[in-house]
Amino acid sequence: MDLYDNQKSTSRIKRDASVNDRIPDGLFLACPYCGVQLYNKQLGRYRVCAHCGYGFRLQARERIELLTQSFEEMDSEIEMTAPDFPGYAEKLERAKSQTGLGESVLTGLATIEDEKVALGVMDSYFMMGSLGTMTGEKITRLFEYATNRSLPVVLFTASGGARMQEGINSLMQMAKVSAAVAAHQEAGLLYLVVLTDPTTGGVTASFAMQGDVTFAEPHALVGFAGARVIESTIHEKLPKDFQRVETLLENGFVDQIVPRAELNKMIARVVKLHHVREV
Amino acid sequence: MAVNIGLKLFKRELTPSEVVKKSREDRFLAREIIDGIFTDFVELHGDRLSGDDSSVIGGIAALNGTPVTVIVIDKGIDIHDKLSKRNGSPEPWGYRKAQRLMQQANKFHRPIVTFINTPGAFPGKTAEAQGQGEAIAQSILKSMKLTVPMIAIIYGEAGSGGALALAASDQVWMFQNATYSILSPEGFASILWKDSKRSDEAAAVMGLTPKDLLGKNVIEYIIPESRNHPRVFNLIRKRLDDEFRTLNTLTPQELVKQRRARFRAF
Ligand SMILES: [Zn+2]
Repeated sequence: MDLYDNQKSTSRIKRDASVNDRIPDGLFLACPYCGVQLYNKQLGRYRVCAHCGYGFRLQARERIELLTQSFEEMDSEIEMTAPDFPGYAEKLERAKSQTGLGESVLTGLATIEDEKVALGVMDSYFMMGSLGTMTGEKITRLFEYATNRSLPVVLFTASGGARMQEGINSLMQMAKVSAAVAAHQEAGLLYLVVLTDPTTGGVTASFAMQGDVTFAEPHALVGFAGARVIESTIHEKLPKDFQRVETLLENGFVDQIVPRAELNKMIARVVKLHHVREV
Repeated sequence: MAVNIGLKLFKRELTPSEVVKKSREDRFLAREIIDGIFTDFVELHGDRLSGDDSSVIGGIAALNGTPVTVIVIDKGIDIHDKLSKRNGSPEPWGYRKAQRLMQQANKFHRPIVTFINTPGAFPGKTAEAQGQGEAIAQSILKSMKLTVPMIAIIYGEAGSGGALALAASDQVWMFQNATYSILSPEGFASILWKDSKRSDEAAAVMGLTPKDLLGKNVIEYIIPESRNHPRVFNLIRKRLDDEFRTLNTLTPQELVKQRRARFRAF
């Protein structure tokens, strides 16, 4: 219990320095989805557009604060050690100081509505949530941990795709995480994905689309190729909402779109329905 | 003369951007590879869900008399063919055809060999609507569960997840003038430096040549090229036969464990 309380307080300290908290209450913000102007204060605790229900992008620690009763971070020491691509070390340093994270994902053991889960939350404020070697390492360890302890995995995806600076190693993470997902699946354990804005590229083409149950937040952008790349390839304008999760739901790639405020209860319900029945 | 060229590597080592250019030339054609290495090829069409993607040729064939499943990305021959195959950029139903054939191979305990030559998965409207991401994600996941040996051979360019979808295998080999990368050098330069014209510079720093990738253990073997194609095909046939024999001595559990460990190392 003490451990959890400590974790909570550290995460609260970090949260105070977060991007969203630095916005003054009285400031006007335009909803990135519907364009309606809102006072920052109007977004409320969940940071949701009052007009269309779009969930503003959260930092990983803010998400964990909203979602969990307790959170014990794991593998917090894992960071990229020798970034050798020109300019990469500086970019990483900036991302670290802006987010208070060591990588683009935060992983740990969490309690959501009294259900114990292995939780991963990607952070789009950390180099666009790109899939670096250490991002892949942390997610892989999360699955391995969950497989060894027979726990469900809940993963919130948010990513611009591959981490270009890491080249082929970034690509290999898609296979590395998939191998860990395969082992977790074979153990008969639940993998629940929550697609958040934005989830694209290599993350969409791997673990974001390997869940047993796939939820999404309203109006989140989810796709494989970038809209501009598609438009310049097919010489055609894409329709509005082409890569929004409402379209993915229609096309059969999402199980349910769940408003942010209801995610806790829905995740817990699904986890509960996967409890192994005792005879 | 042709015999003298043999299988020796080029005298001067090509620069990465020269390798990129060469990898995009039609040095070896998909059908030529199939006919040159295997016998009794029977093509199998369709993903049983939404269609048949002609940019992914699949089927069963004999390798020195042993049945194998063969999956080949085809860029096409003439302009018309290339257009209809989007220069070797598969649609989701191409990857789903590959998945179907992989699982069929698993049922009949046949080794799988893939030949890859793609700039990447097709970035199209229908592709996106039909779940290009999901198709690639499932190809990788299903490959991780196969209990038969799988070897992937990159014979031209291999870009991003669209290539990895057919290369989550026990071994990956590359032709001498092939490339394998996170993205095309043009795309890389345009994302990182907002200038696609700096692609030569990008090629130089991306580490996409077979030599670079062998050094990083991303691949196991470089196939020397020659204008004498039958010699190249004979070499591949022999080596595939040898490696499949070795891999077949493993139990299914050992094989799966080893494949997953191969990627766990990154
Ligand atoms: Zn809105």
